[in-house]
Amino acid sequence: MTAPLEIPQGDPALPGFGLRAWRSLRKDWPALLSIVLLVLLALAAILAPLLAPHPPLATYPDGLQANGAPVGPGGDFPLGADPNGRDVLSRLLYGARVSLVIGILANGLATVMGVLVGLVAGYLGGWTETVLMRITDVIMSFPILLFCIALIAVTGPSAKNVVFVIALIYWTALARIVRSLVLSLKEREFVVAARTLGLSHWRIMRKHLFPHLVPTIIVYATLGVASSILIEASLSFLGVGVPVPDPSWGQMIEQGKDYFQIAPWLLFAPGVCLILTVLAFNLAGDWLRDLLDPTAPERR
Amino acid sequence: MSRFLLRRLPQALIVLFGVVTLAFLMTHVVPGDPARLIAGPNASAATVASIHHELGLDRSLGYQYWTYLRQAVQGDLGTSYALQGTSVASAIGHALPVSAAVAVLGVLWEVLLGVPIGIIAAYRPRGLLDRATTFGSLIGLSAPPFWLGLLLLYALAYKSSVFPLSGYSNPYINYLILPSFTLGLGGAAWYARLTRTNMLEALRSPYVQTARAKGMPESVILLRHCLRNVLSPLLTMLGMDLGYFLGGVVVIESVFGLPGVGKLTFDAIGTLDIPMITGAVLFAALFIVVMNLLVDLAYAAIDPRVRR
Repeated sequence: MTAPLEIPQGDPALPGFGLRAWRSLRKDWPALLSIVLLVLLALAAILAPLLAPHPPLATYPDGLQANGAPVGPGGDFPLGADPNGRDVLSRLLYGARVSLVIGILANGLATVMGVLVGLVAGYLGGWTETVLMRITDVIMSFPILLFCIALIAVTGPSAKNVVFVIALIYWTALARIVRSLVLSLKEREFVVAARTLGLSHWRIMRKHLFPHLVPTIIVYATLGVASSILIEASLSFLGVGVPVPDPSWGQMIEQGKDYFQIAPWLLFAPGVCLILTVLAFNLAGDWLRDLLDPTAPERR
Repeated sequence: MSRFLLRRLPQALIVLFGVVTLAFLMTHVVPGDPARLIAGPNASAATVASIHHELGLDRSLGYQYWTYLRQAVQGDLGTSYALQGTSVASAIGHALPVSAAVAVLGVLWEVLLGVPIGIIAAYRPRGLLDRATTFGSLIGLSAPPFWLGLLLLYALAYKSSVFPLSGYSNPYINYLILPSFTLGLGGAAWYARLTRTNMLEALRSPYVQTARAKGMPESVILLRHCLRNVLSPLLTMLGMDLGYFLGGVVVIESVFGLPGVGKLTFDAIGTLDIPMITGAVLFAALFIVVMNLLVDLAYAAIDPRVRR
């Protein structure tokens, strides 16, 4: 008589995801810092109308000195005024909305495109794969910023176009990663079994392959928001991003750069906000990688 | 090696062909009319039409594409609309040395700053220095380069006039140090991470244990045995960065007022100078494709496992 087949049970001591996340957060201060920063950022963006001392677009004559130079931090303008006599703090708070919304939307779109292309290319293989991956190669051969500027120049600068243009160039990296994951996944028994059962390609991709990709997607989506925010800031800095007068951090730095000798706060405030935001997403991404997907390669 | 080249070269050519096509499509499906921009707002319809004809814009898109492709293969990227009579190729040729100088110095800074930091971090993993440099490099790669550049300008060109504020004239090196340093500072973070990761991996290998058992000094183990393992990934990154930077780093050139390829492209975009935009974008992409190819070849030359 043969011994009964032992069915492997999940380790009962292994805690759930929420608990694991909480435990690692308590040990890992950079991760904790990132979560705190992200919460603060989200609050600033959501509560901007309540927190801002002034409307972001209003210009105040007393924001400028007699010689036309902007007023420094303190008093009515906690972080100073900009060269148009607008309140810097209010513009920073509303700028958080722009950075977050554009960063998240652009990267969300890029993630959807990247996953679709990578999944289809990796699973179907053959000509579909060749064509899709060569398109990916071509787009990856363009310098990101030049490509974005040229595309925005021909489509016209607007927040919507910035989102689409960033998404259009940024999906390629994730597509490559997803494809390489799918290539190894599709040889596994459960996929072969699903195919033997006659399930449709679409169903196999959606129900059997996609769940295995989720950890990697979450990690790269988080890191990608950081990059998207930086690209948006660079575009706005070059004057082809979010059109004036709506505030964006990159654009605030652009408007302050000619005054930085007499009004350095115009550079410091939006720059520090940008660094902290991008840092928060980067730290969160690194933490999620350690937590969800320890085998994921380093970015770039 | 030649088999590898034979397989890799057609691949690069196909990508290059795609690059030309995409660059052309991107700039020729424009809603704005460059002819009207050249003629000025008061020009008659007949003038605009004649400019259209002169530029070949009245021909079909397919014909324009075929002409562009044929001339591009011969190194002729057309004539600029905005800079009357200047060929795109010569305009890029003039701007290229500036971008190339920034690119080479920038990569140099990246290696000089990043690699030692990575080695120091790997020396005592999880130690204080490791944590400090890891966090420092995270900040480095989170900071927007244009902001770093402006801060450096504020501190080193305005507060203390060690360096000139902006522009490009003799002695050129004075105008290149800050831009290249700004470029290198952000990128150095990646080199530090790469060096640290690869060093740590090498430190775990059996030959390091052997070396330690023989009583080899730790500095020799680190610098002679382990650093070698960092070389090929380092070379990859270096080549790709160089290819990327050679196309002109728009943001840096704009902050420091350097007349490089990035500035040229950016100005061309402002004036809807289609041949210049297409040419410059194509050029930048060409550098990336060629450097990628060179990196792959160098990799195959160094590491026989890649050749298959």
